[in-house]
Amino acid sequence: MHLHNHVSLDIKNNMQDTMFKHASKTAITLVAFAFLGTAMLAYVFDITRAPIEASEKEARLALFKQILPESTYDNDLLKDNVEIVPNEQLGNRQPTVANIAKSNGKTAGVILEAVAHDGYSGDIKLLIAIRADGSISGVRVLAHKETPGLGDYIDITHGNWIKLFNDESVNKTPIEQWHVKKDGGKFDYVAGATITPRAVVKAVLKALQFYEANKQTLFAIAKVE
Amino acid sequence: MSNLYKEITINGLWKQNTGVVQLLGLCPTLAVTTSAVNGLSLGFATALVMAAANGSVSPVRQFVPNEIRVPVFILVIATLVTVIDLSINAFAHPLHKVLGIFIPLIVVNCIVLARVESFAAKNPPVPSMLDGFMMGSGLMLVLGLLGAIRELVGKGTILSGLDLVFGPAAHPFMWTSTDYHGLLLAVLPPGAFLGLGSLIAIRNWIEIRKAAKTSAPSPSLKPALSH
Repeated sequence: MHLHNHVSLDIKNNMQDTMFKHASKTAITLVAFAFLGTAMLAYVFDITRAPIEASEKEARLALFKQILPESTYDNDLLKDNVEIVPNEQLGNRQPTVANIAKSNGKTAGVILEAVAHDGYSGDIKLLIAIRADGSISGVRVLAHKETPGLGDYIDITHGNWIKLFNDESVNKTPIEQWHVKKDGGKFDYVAGATITPRAVVKAVLKALQFYEANKQTLFAIAKVE
Repeated sequence: MSNLYKEITINGLWKQNTGVVQLLGLCPTLAVTTSAVNGLSLGFATALVMAAANGSVSPVRQFVPNEIRVPVFILVIATLVTVIDLSINAFAHPLHKVLGIFIPLIVVNCIVLARVESFAAKNPPVPSMLDGFMMGSGLMLVLGLLGAIRELVGKGTILSGLDLVFGPAAHPFMWTSTDYHGLLLAVLPPGAFLGLGSLIAIRNWIEIRKAAKTSAPSPSLKPALSH
């Protein structure tokens, strides 16, 4: 009886031993794979960081070029920027940057980001270039979730509607005219999709008003006359 | 040996096609295929990930203990997807803007894990890579076809957005109808289900006709190579 107990204890010990070995082998394998994966990710992240930054910058500048002709400024738009804290008129809930365009040390214009929250589905992000005199140089939709084939004509890839804003200003068009035609304003729209252009018109007007109210401050921070 | 490769290819592209036979990875199939270019691009990225995942799991298959094989496979797949995501972002930025949000989703596309588990974990590296690539290519064909149908019916365009992938040089290959404004339904989510259903129906119809011609039992009813 005594002997039997002793043997069974031995077997149990052995089993515990192999189980422990097996478990640690499994754990080490998993850790090794995790380590290899992390190392590989770190390496790839490191070598792709510069090209990604460069192409993001390039894409941004290409977009700027569409709404503010390169000939009108001589500075690095990406460097000359002013951070704007969440602002009711621009509709941004996170801080954004305004890019200041200068020509011979004088203000040439500003590029603002604005968000319309009252689109048909989700926020509409806009990029608005305003000349120093308060007129619009161009507007583009950065991101939207409007119905494909219906409300998406505000996007330059689906129509030229957004170009209606070119050269508009609060001086040229009185504030009561800043509506779509259906609401008695001057801006055209596509029948069946009124909510989308209504939101965009409102957001552009508010951005213009933001510019008029804050231009001194903006240019003071960017150190231009 | 070449017979094996031939069978892997036929399996991936037709017999066990992931898009219309196995019906795995339906999320990207339905969500991304609003245009042919979107579908083909995501399909190509998936094929790359699958070839790479199969190719990297197969050589280490003896070292992976059975109990932790799934976490290890997921780890490998997630790493590869992130590497491909970063690479596309760095070297094909416009394409990344189109596909960006879908690429990380390849990780959870069950077809990738399914092939690693059922093929790469049991076969040598070269056939495994071919299997991954062919399974992915089968998916790419379905995504491209579904995307082409949906954009033609829904928007009246062919290969729209090709310039985002290949630059302005691609413009001659793009076509937009001037007087057809599209059936919105095709671009919206229901259009994806209707389109995919039609593709499955067409494939089944071809298989049934083939089976009717040969008196022997349909080859499509044979168990697949890998199961």
